[in-house]
Amino acid sequence: MSALGELRTITHKRGPESAASKRARTKDNKVAAFFLAPWLLGLLGITIGPMLISLYLAFTNYNLLQAPKFTGLANIQRMLGDERLAHSLQATFTYVIVSVPLQLGTALALAVLLDRGLRALPLYRSVFYLPSLLGSSVAVAVLWRLVFGGEGLVNAFLAVFGIEGAAWISSPDTALSTLILLHMWTFGAPMVIFLAGLRQIPREYYEASSTDGATKWRQFRSITLPLLSPIIFFNLVLGLIGSFQTFTQAFIVSNGSGGPADSTLFFSLYLYQEGFSSFRMGYASALAWLLLIIIGIFTSLNFWASKYWVFYDD
Amino acid sequence: MTETRAITTPGRRVEPHAGIPSGSSPKGSSLRSAVVSTLKHAGLILLALVMIYPLLWMVVSSIRPNSEIFTTPGLFSDSFDFSHYTTGWNALAAPFSTYLLNSGLIVLGSVIGNLISCSLAAYAFARLNFKLKTLAFVAMLVTIMLPIHVLIVPQYVLFAQLGWVNTYLPLIVPKFLATDAFFIFLMVQFIRGIPRELDEAARIDGASHFRIYSQIMLPLMVPALATTAIFTFIWTWNDFFSQLIFVTKPDLYTVPVALRSFIDSQSQSDFGALFAMSIVSLVPIFLVFLFGQRFLLRGIATTGGK
Repeated sequence: MSALGELRTITHKRGPESAASKRARTKDNKVAAFFLAPWLLGLLGITIGPMLISLYLAFTNYNLLQAPKFTGLANIQRMLGDERLAHSLQATFTYVIVSVPLQLGTALALAVLLDRGLRALPLYRSVFYLPSLLGSSVAVAVLWRLVFGGEGLVNAFLAVFGIEGAAWISSPDTALSTLILLHMWTFGAPMVIFLAGLRQIPREYYEASSTDGATKWRQFRSITLPLLSPIIFFNLVLGLIGSFQTFTQAFIVSNGSGGPADSTLFFSLYLYQEGFSSFRMGYASALAWLLLIIIGIFTSLNFWASKYWVFYDD
Repeated sequence: MTETRAITTPGRRVEPHAGIPSGSSPKGSSLRSAVVSTLKHAGLILLALVMIYPLLWMVVSSIRPNSEIFTTPGLFSDSFDFSHYTTGWNALAAPFSTYLLNSGLIVLGSVIGNLISCSLAAYAFARLNFKLKTLAFVAMLVTIMLPIHVLIVPQYVLFAQLGWVNTYLPLIVPKFLATDAFFIFLMVQFIRGIPRELDEAARIDGASHFRIYSQIMLPLMVPALATTAIFTFIWTWNDFFSQLIFVTKPDLYTVPVALRSFIDSQSQSDFGALFAMSIVSLVPIFLVFLFGQRFLLRGIATTGGK
């Protein structure tokens, strides 16, 4: 069961083990405190504590040198008139909304294609999976810069056919597309999850339906998709959460600027600039909470919508 | 629910029915299915080539004279030039080995931290009963999905006050406090697959929970620990955001931060050297991929599911 499935079980029903363990509930408190001590310290000191502090900082003016000064809603007011924030939101939303479905669609298509007893499966799987391990590295972002640069690999290829390429990275019209392509390039990780899911679908379902004359497409729609829907949901939620936070690729490709013309100014990159280049820590905290709220809304929407399309057989 | 099997059954690999022919094909269509299968393979091979091509191009470019890099999109070359590796190695303030070592140190600390702290917490969640367990468990699951950005500013303030900025402590200490909750979850899943009779028998014989954890669970958990170690390795090695923030002194630079400063310093001149060092930075990941693929695939398959 995935972390999401687990959450769903706990919130929709009761805890995974209730009646049986209730009797012994208070039994291991002391031992548990020992085993959980590091985690608890981290949760309070490095996660919940900082979250509360950043919530406070969001309403302050803070430059690290002087003590934070409470400014009420000034940061929120600033957000409303912040043109770069608007650019940043536009770039981030475009990136998330385009690249996540494209990446998952590719992953699903490839998983279905590979699933049907290919002898060379492990080889294909390895080759397709490798990029997703490298995709978030600085080295690959550097590579991307040079592949899509004005004199890069892509244009050199096009020149062979006598086509004059574009300045992919330095043009605001195409820079974001190169990053979307980079995200698609890493479809291997969700593909492996899909493959593991496909493996759990009983073969008999397909055999029975093909005796009944169902086409491949019909089988895909009526058997594969519903039975795989919890896994699609999982990949979708995690894909959205992850791509909202993309940083390295945009930072390297745009040399930290988010340019050209803010077209690759991802939210986390803008947050970094505000917090760690301009040292507006208060405003950066406000931005961080905005990101958290946006991700929270997207995730809840996803959970809400999942009632209508995700099929649980329990 | 069932994916856990892939990780809880030792020796069983995530191998989706390889070799089993698909469906039932009537005799007459065997030619057609041969054609379809050939086309399918051709398409897959083409896609694989397109995906891997940039990486191959980077390798070839790192041993090719600078003048050739952007003029020849092909992979073949008459002249080889390995000097990029030596110039790149020494292009920054410190030799590149310093950065490799720095990154290695952080990776080592993170791996050890995650293995200890996450396995301790996982044992409690999987095997102990305690007050507020459900709440704690939900909190743990939620933190898996929490973006680091909400924490980074106050964490920076905290670590700056402790005098930890420009040390590796902000990158390593949190791992000893199990902040990578994902791995707790992975291990909880794994422990749930281990028969309870084993530890109950040990309890009856008078073994303490710590003994059961250290002498029964840990040895049985080796596959989950390996998955954790490998993922921690890759994620820490690739991590750029927090290393960029907490490490600003050049001699403390890690590999990603050093590579980034390489782009700045070389501006647009020595691409061969930049490629060479990029490749050097990817070699450890590639090695982990080669030798740890089994655990990677298991781990990633376990994270999915219903």
